[in-house]
Amino acid sequence: MILKLMTMASTCAQLCLRCRSHLCSKTLTSMGKYYAQVRHCNTVTKVLTKISNGLFMWGNHTTLQTSLRWKQHMCYYSDLTAKYLTSEAKEDKHTEDLVRTDVVCPAPLLPTRDVVLMTENQVSFDLDAVAELSALEEITDEEAVGISSPSVVPPASTSLRDYVDKSETLTKLVQLGVNLWKLEQRPHVGSMLLRLDFNKDVAPRLLFLKEVGVEDSRFGYIITRNPFILTESLENLQTRVNYLKSKKFSSETVASMVSRAPYLLNFSVKRLDNRLGFYQQQLGLSTSNTRNIVARLPRLLCGSLEPIKENLKVCEIELGFKANEIQHIVISVPKVLTANKKKLSQIFDFLHNTMKVPHYLITKSPQVLNTKYLRLRERHCFLEYLGKAQYDPTLPNYISLDRLVSLPDETFCTDLALGTLEDFYLFQKTL
Amino acid sequence: MATAAVRMFRRLEGLFCVYKPSGVHWKLVRDSIETNLLKGLNATPSQPLPQEVRFLAQPSTETEAPKGLTLSATSVPVLSKHPLVSGPEFQNIQVGVGHRLDAFSSGVLVLGVGNGNKTLNDLYRTRVTRDYTLEGEFGTATDDFTHTGGVVERSTYEHITQDKLERVLAMLEGANQKALLMYSNVDMRSQEAYEMAVQGLLGPEGKSAPILTGLRCIHFQPPNFILEVQCLNETQKYLRKVVHEIGLELRSTAVCKGIRRTRDGLFTLQDALTRHHWTAADITQAIRQYHSSKKHRKRSQSPAKKPALKTSEDVTAAQQNEANEEAAVGKIKKLVAETRS
Repeated sequence: MILKLMTMASTCAQLCLRCRSHLCSKTLTSMGKYYAQVRHCNTVTKVLTKISNGLFMWGNHTTLQTSLRWKQHMCYYSDLTAKYLTSEAKEDKHTEDLVRTDVVCPAPLLPTRDVVLMTENQVSFDLDAVAELSALEEITDEEAVGISSPSVVPPASTSLRDYVDKSETLTKLVQLGVNLWKLEQRPHVGSMLLRLDFNKDVAPRLLFLKEVGVEDSRFGYIITRNPFILTESLENLQTRVNYLKSKKFSSETVASMVSRAPYLLNFSVKRLDNRLGFYQQQLGLSTSNTRNIVARLPRLLCGSLEPIKENLKVCEIELGFKANEIQHIVISVPKVLTANKKKLSQIFDFLHNTMKVPHYLITKSPQVLNTKYLRLRERHCFLEYLGKAQYDPTLPNYISLDRLVSLPDETFCTDLALGTLEDFYLFQKTL
Repeated sequence: MATAAVRMFRRLEGLFCVYKPSGVHWKLVRDSIETNLLKGLNATPSQPLPQEVRFLAQPSTETEAPKGLTLSATSVPVLSKHPLVSGPEFQNIQVGVGHRLDAFSSGVLVLGVGNGNKTLNDLYRTRVTRDYTLEGEFGTATDDFTHTGGVVERSTYEHITQDKLERVLAMLEGANQKALLMYSNVDMRSQEAYEMAVQGLLGPEGKSAPILTGLRCIHFQPPNFILEVQCLNETQKYLRKVVHEIGLELRSTAVCKGIRRTRDGLFTLQDALTRHHWTAADITQAIRQYHSSKKHRKRSQSPAKKPALKTSEDVTAAQQNEANEEAAVGKIKKLVAETRS
């Protein structure tokens, strides 16, 4: 197809070069009727330029479509328009149209082509002649209202911004705060959102979420993270909420879990049950403790269990924690289960081998395993430089590990290190 | 009409330096700075949405005769320009890195934003020296010359005195000086060579072997020692190798425990931003400092101008600054210019 167009391009190229000077660049939305003839000449030439450009064939369908539709309304043209009217405004037909127009072009277009080829004065002369025909023709009010301006919605686009003004669903989603730009980058999500009907699909699910107890302000966040909540069936969603409630999660807890882990309700009851069972058995926790950690970190129920099993193995074998110590750490800081293994080992290595902190102290303040390695290193080196790096609670001048990592910089400098913030920043430049 | 974000970006174009912590790849530093700058730029208040007039038909009267059709003109915001639909205004920024620092080293790392990248290129094409602090330890030799590598050899070091170390350093310095003269491609016996040497312009053009222009020991406590180095065209691995070779010259072994870059061209430790200051506001301030110090340097390099011209230059420079910077800072500069003239 493209090759054919290219050959046509070579024949039309010369003409197009001359016609291009007459191309009018106005938008097509608000157009007076007396421009119709001009548009006709120019859109035909535009069609030819499109052929010559070859690649642009598949872009700018708007101009082609709108030009085709304009022609549908303007019935008083030569048999050229008859050819247009018979064509349907579909992508796969466009090539045939263009083939036909090119074949047809030479004969009936010759008169207008001659006009176009002549100087601009003569073109405007022709315009006036034709303009009289169209502008001054009187039509009834019904016809006037019946002429609908062609919408510029492209049949295919890479972005949702071409459709957002026309589609009620998309408009309402933007008003809710959904980040359409992020969503359209995921494959197929954009088309899925376009196909949804607000009143039939989106509204019932939003009402359901409201019943569960999720705040209105969170809807945007939830849909941006998990657009597939809008395609999940309502019975499934209800079943899963009922299951969680049957496991004695209170309704506020369920609401907070759903708003913090948007994918939660997309998982089957069997999978949720599997995970809850795993945490209970593997960690040897009581039911209330399991509920506690899952409520605080609901994404434990969402992801795969393999990385969590590996993390537990790392804690047991590489870091050397006993089972009850691991239990205690997980209950206070559930994030350790989903932490990066390399970073966890790095922090533990620094704590145990450089700072000489024994296992039982780390278990007592497990928040140290959750910090950034660089932060811990800077602060420890600063304290060491000042001679204050003493983490044993039995000895005097003891620095608690919890405070070491959780305090903001300023408080750390004034309370723990007894120095100034500027000194701390200067010291960092010597590391 | 530039948006607030674009104006902020114009203020961000230039060079600045950060302090890279050790153990971190330079690319991570560059990426986190780019992320922080994007956060700052996209947080600026966006333009209000353009409005469009649309004729919305009343639903019940569509099928009736046109006389019953009522169209109401309403002005609705065009949602396709909303940032949630079209994306944030800035989606990436060109942040370039000057002379790279490998993961083991720490120190001054020069970065450029936007137009500053061109200046960065020019800077590194000219002959620019760098200052390093090398921390070494006697007694071990490893395969990658650092104290964390696999140990290859161990040796004693009691026989090493400061005097012996100084002698070895002097020998190395001499060898490097010879290399400098050799690479400068000038006939040593000519007057031209003498004049260039007097002004300090002798040196290799473009890429060449690494040359240490200065080398001295600032701390000696066996087994640890600290060297200060000024060098050209170097890599950090080469510097670690130098430490290793010093150990070999002293009939012992040495490893490098740390490399710290204290100066890269005109950017010193003083101007470097630590990790907590890698935000858009602090970086804007650092770039402003760089621009003003550049102007100071230009002025000081042209002392032949008359004092009258100089003050008018100051005033025009101040006016230019006013135009470019925020109103508050502009007012301060105005006051300064007035007190001067």
